[in-house]
Formats: sequence, C-alpha cells, structure tokens
Amino acid sequence: MVDSRGRGTSIRIRECAKTFPDGTRALEPMSLEIHGGETVVFLGPSGCGKTTTLRIIAGLESPDSGGQVWFDDEDVTALPIEHRNVGMVFQSYALFPNMNVEENIAYGLKIRKFSRGEVSSRVEEMLDMMQIHELRHRTINQLSGGQRQRVALARAIAVQPKVLLLDEPLTALDALLRERLRVDIDRLLRDLGITAVYVTHDQAEAMSLGDRIVVMSHGRVAQVGTPRQIYFEPRDPFVADFIGTMNRLSGVVENGVLTARGGSVELDEHPDGPIEILFRPESATIGNTGNSMLQGRVSGVFFLGDRTRLIIEEAGEEPVIVETAGSREFETGQRVGVDIDRDAILVL
Amino acid sequence: MKDRELPSLVVLVLPVVVVALAFFLLPLVRLTMIAGSGEDGLGAYLAVVTTPRYFESLLATTLLSAGVTFATLAISAVSGLFLERNRFPGRNLLISLLTFPLAFPGVVVGFMVIMLAGRQGLIGDITKFLTGDKLVFAYSMAGLFVGYVYFSIPRVILTIMAAAEKLDPALEEAARSLGASPWRVTRDVILPALKPAFIASGAIAFATAMGAFGTAFTLATNIDVLPMTIYTEFTLRANIAMAAALSIVLGIITWLVLTVSRSLAGSTVAAAG
Repeated sequence: MVDSRGRGTSIRIRECAKTFPDGTRALEPMSLEIHGGETVVFLGPSGCGKTTTLRIIAGLESPDSGGQVWFDDEDVTALPIEHRNVGMVFQSYALFPNMNVEENIAYGLKIRKFSRGEVSSRVEEMLDMMQIHELRHRTINQLSGGQRQRVALARAIAVQPKVLLLDEPLTALDALLRERLRVDIDRLLRDLGITAVYVTHDQAEAMSLGDRIVVMSHGRVAQVGTPRQIYFEPRDPFVADFIGTMNRLSGVVENGVLTARGGSVELDEHPDGPIEILFRPESATIGNTGNSMLQGRVSGVFFLGDRTRLIIEEAGEEPVIVETAGSREFETGQRVGVDIDRDAILVL
Repeated sequence: MKDRELPSLVVLVLPVVVVALAFFLLPLVRLTMIAGSGEDGLGAYLAVVTTPRYFESLLATTLLSAGVTFATLAISAVSGLFLERNRFPGRNLLISLLTFPLAFPGVVVGFMVIMLAGRQGLIGDITKFLTGDKLVFAYSMAGLFVGYVYFSIPRVILTIMAAAEKLDPALEEAARSLGASPWRVTRDVILPALKPAFIASGAIAFATAMGAFGTAFTLATNIDVLPMTIYTEFTLRANIAMAAALSIVLGIITWLVLTVSRSLAGSTVAAAG
C-alpha cells in the first residue's frame, strides 16, 4: 500500500448552494476548506443539508450556478462522479448482489483496466486490511450488516480514491457492531491518511471520528471546529443543544450576581439585566443544602453504574441535569444543593 | 400434522381435486388418448415432426414467439427504465396508454394491425405516397409479429417498472463512484438486477405468443402458426387425432419454457403471471 499520510487531496467548496427543481432550498451558499488527509464530519439532524453537501463533493449533485468544488488545484465542478476518483460508502451498503465479495472489491480495479495480477494482489491486500479473508467467496446475501459494510469499505478504497466519502455508514447497524466498526474506520482513516468526509446524525460518531466537525442546521453551517471546540465553545444555542446535554439557567443579573429561581450565581463582569447561562451536567456538583449556589429538589434518579444522573427541579425555570459519582445514593423528593464550576459557564 | 386433522384436510382439499380432475387432468388424458386414436395411432405424435407442414408450423410458431419475446423485452426494458427514472408532465397518461392493449382481445389487436399495415392501412398509404409502392405486411408473419409485440408490451413493461422501482439508487451511484460509465452501469448493475423480472415477464410473453389465436385468425390467410394449424385440422379436415397431438405438443413446449424459466428465476414467474 502506498502510504499517503499527510499527502491526501484537499477539498475546497466555494459558494455551493443547492436548490432542487421543486424550489426547495437544500443548501444555502456555503464555503469550506478540507485539508489533505483530514477527516471532516458533517453533523446535523435530517434535512440539514449534510448529505446534499456530500453529494455535491461526490459529483452526484451539481451545485447551483456559481458554486465550485476543487480537489487540490483542479476545478472538478463539471466532472461527473465517475471521473472524480472518489470512494463512496453508503448507509445501504450498495454492494452488487450479482457479484461475490471478491468480485465486488475487484469491480473498480477491473473498470480501471488493471491487469489480472494487479487486481488479485490488490483484492488480497483489501481482504487483509478489512480482516474479511474468510468471506472472499461468499455472496452478498450471506453476509451480516457489519460484514457488508467492511466489504463496501474495501471496495471503495481498493481503487485508491483521492477522497473517501461516507454517508451514514454505521446507521443501519446495531449498537455493538456500530461501536466496533467505528473504531476500525477510525484506524483505517488514520492509517491511510486519506481525506475523508463523513456524514452522520450521531454526535458520538462525530466526536470520535472527526478531526473537525461541521455542525449543520436548515441548510446552513452552524459551526465548524474541532470536537473540543464544538463541545466546550458552542457558538450558538443550536450547537449547544445538539451536542451532548446542556443545562439552561435564566435569571436577572444585578451587580455581577445572577439571581435565579433556586438561588444565585456570581458571574464575572456581566452587565445588569436578564440573562440565560448554559452549563453541562459534568460542570455541576451536588453540594450541601444551605451553602450551595442553588437549591433544588431531586425529581429523577438514573443510576448508570459509574455515575448517577439526577434531574433537579426548582433550581431554575427548567429542570437542571447533574451527573455525580455512582457511589452516592439519592431518592426522589430529596432536597439538594447544586454548585456550578464558574469557568465552565457559557453565555451565548 | 396430527392424525386427527387428516379427515378435515381431505375435505378441504377435495374441491381442488375435483376441479383439477374435471377441467384439467381428465380432458388432458382424453386429449392424449384421442391423439393416439387416429389411423396412425401414436404415430400422430411422430407426424408432428415428420410431416413438413406440421413441423414448419411448429418451428415458425416457436421462432415467432421467441422473436416476439426478445423484441418485447428490448423495447420494454428501455422504455420501462426511462419511465421509471424520469418524471415529466403526461407521464401517467403515457403509462396508461402503454398498458391499453391489456384490455383488448386478440381480434381487436388483429384489426388494429390491419388498419396499420393492411391494404387500406396507414403504412400502405404513406409508402405509396413516398415510393409509389404500397407496403402491406399485415397478413403475414410480420403483421402477426407486430400485433403480438404490441399485445405483450404492457405486461412486460409493468413488471420491469415494478422491479426498477425497487432498485436501490445507491447501487448505481456506487458503480459510478468506482468509475463505471453509464453503459457499464447498465450492463453490470441494472440489467443483472432486473434479470428475474426479464425472465418472469419474458416467459409470460412467450407462452402468450405460443397460444394466441384471435390475432392470427383475424389476419388469417397465409399464416401457419400452430394454433391456426390445430384449428384447421380440427374444423376443416376433421382430423381430430392430429389436432389433439398438435395441442399436446404445443402445451408441452410452452410448459417446458415456463418450467425452465421458473427454475432460473426462482419463484417469481408465477407471481408475474
């Protein structure tokens, strides 16, 4: 295998919008640069434009006039997918049912008129890489979902594409397989050093696979950033809510002190007036009633083993979710105090 | 199955047995016996192959049916795929027009062929205007061929459209992403995926063409397809034994083709009928 680490093809999307013939605007004009060898995850709810963007990069959809797609220094906007040299992996696997595993992997190589020897050595290499040697002569309907997606990955990377495009590849799998294949895909992308674009609605997948995440909503890019930036510094309430769990506490600030329903929180340098602060469940701790910032009443206890998730009412207008060590026991109705790590408070 | 269920099962299956006996097995046995009751005895079966008139009729019918089947499949594959993949105003009207012949008996189809390619037909008028010679082919195998293709297209096109609708669009996109040209996508992905539909609807088209009578009867005169030969033997020559033998052979050939295609395509042939 040619090691292409750090030499992957860069992708530049310039002012690409997509309006469908029926007038639906699937994508507002967007621009994005994906570096060579980088894995970028498009994340968002269904209908947010993430798949449309992927299909524009692939060449399956053309952007509205004015939009451009560049691979390195080449303008590929007018090239159909068959001339773009992209590898694609689909949610439905899309393996050819009239060919067995080997023939599926060899298909792209045969189209590129590789010699018989080159085809078989490349197929061999792919079977090794995806650890599916024993499946080589199977027909597609004899494979499980996880095996199918491995074959589909092998088929996509066998032709050494410039970029690898994955459209919800794990969505059709059950939880355990999904986790395992996610780890394998992560390793594969690192090993190959290939530029990859990955579409998902699953934030855990996005966080663990992406070098950068593009959060999308209603055909627009809500935020682009590393998983840490997206999690700790969400740019707007949509991103904050979409990634992980976020608590909201509203109240009025007077002399730098926020007064909420269940108590008060000291804030640094915030102008007086109504405000809403955000914080994550792990940024809050359960303290003693009396000397904690907020007072509330436990309305839900979810024991998760290593930790316990508590839903606390009366601390703010909306219930507050706090995660605490699993060793301590709580019961509903119990009154507790809540302290918030002041460095982790977000104001959007 | 428990033993005490047996009596009730026998009662339940009885109507089917009676119908099968009365309308299928008994007539068939009788037909087979009649075929052997002529002057030549079972030699009537041999005569199907040895008498040039019968054998040529058998051969012509089989070739015509095969030709009709392939022409229909080719036309329906192209138009069926086009109709399934494109949305345009008037599409539904076009589909319903294409399925129109389903409602016609063979006589009407024959009548339409005459109006198209008969002595007073449209094609005759046009060719006379263009070349001075009238092109008339309604009363020949060519006329029958046109009529049968017209008649077979609806079933085949509907089966192919139904199969094409179930195709995962990602299959085609995957092939294209691997560099396949539109022609290779069609050859490597779409046609193989539609193979069961081709076999199923093709078998039905073949069987229909083998046994069709009304159209041939309407166009008549010099067409010697097997159903016509059987009719002639039976009514005009009163050679009942020969008519029976020819019927049995016609039945066996059609049954063989349906059986072979069913084994090739799994169980979808019956479903398509």
